Amino acid sequence: MRVNFTVNGRPQEADDVWEGESLLYVLRERLGLPGSKNACEQGECGSCTVRLDGVPVCSCLVAAGQAEGREVVTVEGLADFAKQRAEHGGCATGACGTEGTSLQDARRWSARPQDSQTGEGGELAPVQQAFIDAGAVQCGFCTPGLLVAADEMLERNPSPTDADIREALSGNLCRCTGYEKILDAVRLAAARQAELAEGV
Amino acid sequence: MDFLRPASWEEALAAKAEHPTAVPIAGGTDVMVEINFDHRRPEYLLDLNRIGELSQWEVGEDTVRLGASVPYSQIMEHLRAELPGLALASHTVASPQIRNRGGVGGNLGTASPAGDAHPALLAAGAEVEAESVRGSRRIPIDDFYTGVKRNALAPDELIRAVHIKKADGPQQYSKVGTRNAMVIAVCAFGIALHPETRTVRTGIGSAAPTPIRATAAEEFLAAALDEGGFWDSRKIITPSVAKQFADLAAGAANPIDDVRGTASYRRHAVGIMARRTLGWTWESYRGAGRGTEGVA
Ligand SMILES: Cc1cc2nc3c(=O)[nH]c(=O)nc-3n(C[C@H](O)[C@H](O)[C@H](O)COP(=O)(O)OP(=O)(O)OC[C@H]3O[C@@H](n4cnc5c(N)ncnc54)[C@H](O)[C@@H]3O)c2cc1C
Ligand code: FES
Ligand code: FES
Repeated sequence: MRVNFTVNGRPQEADDVWEGESLLYVLRERLGLPGSKNACEQGECGSCTVRLDGVPVCSCLVAAGQAEGREVVTVEGLADFAKQRAEHGGCATGACGTEGTSLQDARRWSARPQDSQTGEGGELAPVQQAFIDAGAVQCGFCTPGLLVAADEMLERNPSPTDADIREALSGNLCRCTGYEKILDAVRLAAARQAELAEGV
Repeated sequence: MDFLRPASWEEALAAKAEHPTAVPIAGGTDVMVEINFDHRRPEYLLDLNRIGELSQWEVGEDTVRLGASVPYSQIMEHLRAELPGLALASHTVASPQIRNRGGVGGNLGTASPAGDAHPALLAAGAEVEAESVRGSRRIPIDDFYTGVKRNALAPDELIRAVHIKKADGPQQYSKVGTRNAMVIAVCAFGIALHPETRTVRTGIGSAAPTPIRATAAEEFLAAALDEGGFWDSRKIITPSVAKQFADLAAGAANPIDDVRGTASYRRHAVGIMARRTLGWTWESYRGAGRGTEGVA
């Protein structure tokens, strides 16, 4: 079957989709967006987290056909998504923005290792930069899902308590970091966001 | 495989009548796991996501009519006052991502003895609104669970909504697991005080082939509270009464040994949870009473 939906602000069409296929599979294997990771395919790890009409979900548990006509944001589109949100006063669901990330740009996305220390030249969302700065990335397999989940929490709850952060990230497993640096990264992103909001 | 995408409830019923083996998919948090792991290859998937009314709820005078697909996160956010037991139980389900998709209709469809909605529904009192092209019926929650992962739905029926009694007193939900998130219950216990009828209802999860009520414990407690005049005096419940309630609740359990826990541990834990949740709800009943009497 064919599935039409919006990915990172741009309409996309996936063909020859098997009816039992997951949204995760369509993103990775049919649209060439491997940012969302496949680690468990059973909702346990959160590494496949994307936003579906703004809501964080495990894309491995969404049937591809259920995404028909809906808006998906993946980690590849997170930088643009965050930028639009900042420009449009909080609205970045794609419904109010028209730019989005083209599939080509999304496919080309990389953290640009040469720039990753400073983030210069790399198009990163603030939460991505915070993960780099706090040293919250080791193997990186869990990172895309954590970024999408953390970004959504910071959108909803700009000054989260530690308990809020833990709860928001409770569906994302990391086998490497022991989570402390991840918590640091989210606290850092929240602090920077607050500074920006205060116009400092 | 065929993917059926009815745009309305009527279309969904017609599709289910035409293809009774079609597997409804709402949040997909049970169905997709089975498909991803090749445990299930249904001929038809029947997507319910386009039927907007299934994600809505109405708060009536005595009950909440909860659409089958209302996700747990919405129950937690919007129905905490009306359905405190179910809101607490919802909060224990899996993770934010899963709670954003999964809901009570899917929990009832799967009818796992470990499903977290079940003890809360049993304790609050609820009816499942099931419908097919043949007509609509209300299945009392006590008659809904018919066996391990079996329910009372006919092959052509779909769940449209669940009618849950609004809380008329404190409710609690307790669950044993190894973490606060992403945990299938080792066992669970729900309790609802119903001061209006001077009854107490319970629900036990993961400690019998189906979710069950601890009816002997409920009856004993109702009689003891009545005889002792506790509903009016709002006295602290005598420890021996609480203990007897806990023992009867543990006795209602009929658990098995499995990877998550042993039968004897489960029985023990059910008793502990029964005593604790009774204590918590009764304390808040007493507190509410003192509040209205202005004693603070
Ligand atoms: C990682 C993970 C953790 C989990 N943890 C928990 C947990 O802690 N507690 C818990 O209770 N559950 C848990 N679950 C199971 C699952 O999330 C719940 O059972 C959830 O309520 C299912 O809802 P859903 O909408 O996703 O159902 P779906 O997967 O869409 O459907 C489930 C079943 O119900 C049927 N169905 C759905 N809607 C209807 C309808 N309207 N009429 C008739 N049949 C219908 C489907 O055909 C299917 O058989 C977990 C699942 C995962 C993947
Ligand atoms: S791959 Fe989807 S939750 Fe693990
Ligand atoms: S960094 Fe390796 S799993 Fe998280």
